[in-house]
Amino acid sequence: MSNDAKLVRMANQIATFFHSQPGEDGPMGVATHINKFWEPRMRRQFFDIVDNHGGAGLDPLVLEAAALVRRPPAEGSARQAPDA
Amino acid sequence: MPLVPEIDYGTPASRSDKLVTLTIDGREVTVPEGTSIMRASMEAGIEIPKLCATDMVDAFGSCRLCLVEIQGRAGMPASCTTPVAPGLVVSTQTSRLKDVRRGVMELYISDHPLDCLTCAANGDCELQDMAGAVGLRDVRYGYDGENHVRARNDGAINIKWQPKDESNPYFTFDASKCIVCSRCVRACEEVQGTFALTIEGRGFDSRVSAGQHEAFVASECVSCGACVQACPTATLTEKSVIEIGQPEHSVVTTCAYCGVGCSFKAEMRGEELVRMVPWKDGQANRGHSCVKGRFAYGYSTHRDRILNPMIREKISDPWREVTWEEAYAHVASEFRRIQYQYGRDSIGGITSSRCTNEETYLVQKLVRAGFGNNNVDTCARVCHSPTGYGLGQTFGTSAGTQNFDSVEQTDVVIVIGANPTDGHPVFASRLKKRLRQGAKLIVIDPRRIDLVKGPHVQASYHLPLRPGTNVAVVTALAHVIVTEGLYDEKFIRERCDWSEFEDWAGFVSEERHSPEAVETLTGVPAELVRGAARLFAKGGNGSIYYGLGVTEHSQGSTTVMAIANLAMATGNIGRPGVGVNPLRGQNNVQGSCDMGSFPHELPGYRHISDDATRETFEKLWGVKLNNEPGLRIPNMLDAAVEGTFKGIYIQGEDILQSDPDTKHVSAGLAAMECVVVQDLFLNETANYAHVFLPGSTFLEKDGTFTNAERRINRVRRVMTPRNGFADWEVTQKLAQAMGLAWNYSHPSEIMDEIAATTPSFALVSYDYLEKMGSVQWPCNEKHPEGSPIMHVDGFVRGKGKFIRTEYVATDEKTGPRFPLLLTTGRILSQYNVGAQTRRTDNVVWHDEDRLEIHPHDAEDRGIRDGDWVRLASRSGETTLHALITDRVSPGVVYTTFHHPDTQANVITTDFSDWATNCPEYKVTAVQVSPSNGPSDWQVEYDEQARRSRRIAGKLEAAE
Repeated sequence: MSNDAKLVRMANQIATFFHSQPGEDGPMGVATHINKFWEPRMRRQFFDIVDNHGGAGLDPLVLEAAALVRRPPAEGSARQAPDA
Repeated sequence: MPLVPEIDYGTPASRSDKLVTLTIDGREVTVPEGTSIMRASMEAGIEIPKLCATDMVDAFGSCRLCLVEIQGRAGMPASCTTPVAPGLVVSTQTSRLKDVRRGVMELYISDHPLDCLTCAANGDCELQDMAGAVGLRDVRYGYDGENHVRARNDGAINIKWQPKDESNPYFTFDASKCIVCSRCVRACEEVQGTFALTIEGRGFDSRVSAGQHEAFVASECVSCGACVQACPTATLTEKSVIEIGQPEHSVVTTCAYCGVGCSFKAEMRGEELVRMVPWKDGQANRGHSCVKGRFAYGYSTHRDRILNPMIREKISDPWREVTWEEAYAHVASEFRRIQYQYGRDSIGGITSSRCTNEETYLVQKLVRAGFGNNNVDTCARVCHSPTGYGLGQTFGTSAGTQNFDSVEQTDVVIVIGANPTDGHPVFASRLKKRLRQGAKLIVIDPRRIDLVKGPHVQASYHLPLRPGTNVAVVTALAHVIVTEGLYDEKFIRERCDWSEFEDWAGFVSEERHSPEAVETLTGVPAELVRGAARLFAKGGNGSIYYGLGVTEHSQGSTTVMAIANLAMATGNIGRPGVGVNPLRGQNNVQGSCDMGSFPHELPGYRHISDDATRETFEKLWGVKLNNEPGLRIPNMLDAAVEGTFKGIYIQGEDILQSDPDTKHVSAGLAAMECVVVQDLFLNETANYAHVFLPGSTFLEKDGTFTNAERRINRVRRVMTPRNGFADWEVTQKLAQAMGLAWNYSHPSEIMDEIAATTPSFALVSYDYLEKMGSVQWPCNEKHPEGSPIMHVDGFVRGKGKFIRTEYVATDEKTGPRFPLLLTTGRILSQYNVGAQTRRTDNVVWHDEDRLEIHPHDAEDRGIRDGDWVRLASRSGETTLHALITDRVSPGVVYTTFHHPDTQANVITTDFSDWATNCPEYKVTAVQVSPSNGPSDWQVEYDEQARRSRRIAGKLEAAE
């Protein structure tokens, strides 16, 4: 399974849980979960799917949440050793 | 250094609050009501001679040595079976008593061999001690005539004599030395609860028998060692004592196997370990043990241990032994090179749940402070990460709520997705003891585990659910409790958020969650669910114990929440006898989580994005910490396959064997440029390593482990590390090579740093542990003595949170190609990936993984018991031998994952828990068919493993 497909599945699994929860906080729930547990390159990949592939395969709740997911810093800034 | 003193009071302590005062030998003694005269005397320092009494079992009154005289009472009652009463005047030594005792001893000795000088118990024999205590000077009856001692009497065969039973790999049974005190039989019943031993025959023909006159190893005996510990003579003796002799000093330490965290005395002669004996004052095990902790320590001196660091350029090269300095320099330069080339986030580390808290803390510190990222994870990822998430959400803290003693006060127990008699044997024994006293049991498990029906233990309900339907079953239990009005409204109103409860209650009350509605999904008859729910809600103190059968699912976190809901709804939180109790798999998996091994949180479960927490560590460590969560193990492997993750430092974990979807793991490892493995042995993961750093065992280092009840126990070094260094020293040297100015001279300094930075550990120090024995976190100013029970006056998060738990079927579905469901587990004699236990005599009990399959499914496929079968899923296939049993339901198959040649994880898939990515080990759709032997993949794997274990200049490793 490709990494994109895996990421879509993971995001949709999270959405499935928040679909079942009461109230209007679904998008916030999904976004908070992703912000708390997804490493920047995973979120980068996530935004690539959202921005460049029309969010293909993503649950509508995930798409709604995307606006609340923290954008990771651009890739280049991490390409250095800590003491560099 | 002497042996750790342990006083045998003869009979167990009384729990009564009422005190009774009596006079013994002219001394006034005050003890709790119900105490025996024997124990009362011993507490006053008066030792009454005894043989059949020991405080690990109830009084029996058979040896007639402990007689006393009581003013105003006739005869000479046995002090072990006579309770104290107010105002009694007791004499323990009178001329009449002396004569009787001497007479009794004479009879014992007349049927006992007189080989004391060459006897293995010499120096540790209660019979010898008592002969001395009563002043036995001669045996008037002589040694001729009927006896159990000699193989031949005057040349004729002596049918009463029995040869030594040496069938158990760890201890011998020599009936000729037996005095038939029944201590072993009672220990097996009362302490272990297996009932494997009995007394056969009557009178002079009485003798101890394993099973129905079987050899020990062929009987039901589980080799826990309780009988050996109870034996007052050399009848049951550790083979190691026979071989080495009596120990001269002992040190209290903590077992490095399962999450029960038993305390042991390591009994030593010099630096040689003579035996491990469970410590009576150990608060987790209360003097009991299992076959692993008691006996299976031989791996520590196994010839397979790697004692020198090794390097290789490519994984196809043979290993090359190097100095430690070369190894550190190599790792440091490789990690730095990779970071320059691929970015700061291209490396990471895995902490070990088998190493100490201090070692785990250092590895996460190395990653965060040295690598400059948060790519650190631990094997809890693949076992109890959903516990952390689920209990964190509902209660506010990521740990079990009780101590193990709590089981003594429980009335109804739910065991779900756990098999304690195999996975957590000492806890299982304590649970069974409570069940024999009348507590009720509900088992929720696809398999008929041993607890469902065993000697003097029977579950009131067994809910044999279809793997993957935990949420549906637990929600259905809640449905019954809510719709039938069985919930504890007072508790909920006081302790939980009432409006959240109302929402949840409405949700579970929906008809679609009723036991009848979910029956077709779960396979559990609705009436069983209803009965179990009513029993749990109204049966008194209700406790829930669960294991990886709960967490290792795509809805693992949801099930943990469902369990928490159930406990709150029934008011079963915050006092002894109740609670939610995750049974942790590995010795320090709780500790490794506490120590900040997860990529998103610092020690003490504080999120990495929290500025104040980061600041605490930044100040102390003198670095700027990254505020973004790092990669979890499955994410690291994904990133490796994709090419953005290139180097990893793995301490004491074998991800290639233990993690799911082996082919994906090996692809990830193969894609990395520097894999560093620190372990005792060349494990499976080391097949893909470029650097190997030798590890040390728990016997070779100081530190602490934290068990499943949050108990911080000391681990004490009893021998010099064979590889030269404790694991924390190796991590420190590596950190120094990477430019970090670490300078710990003892693990206690690391614990001081943990205490200084982590509020729940604030009062913990080695001095304090020395004083207290052990403490359960939180241990701080609010809880100076630690916290045996959590959420006593309110939940850690404030109000308990009810959360809706909607059942979602896993994507892993059976179909025509893969019609059966595979679930996995462990077995008593083996541990985890087996790296340790496979290198001990425990293989006598389990030398291969077998596939349990129901007779119907076997017959459909033409499979006979013991046949080679092919086990295939959409991930891969392997072969193993079939074991036909109705312990599994039709449609379900089961295997263990202890042996690398089986590689059960080739079969498991990459599905995982929605919240934590904990893999779904417990549900895999498979097909089973007859086979001729190992699959091509197994042959290839074995060949690759053998090649990758070559060491330049040495003969090929044996395994």
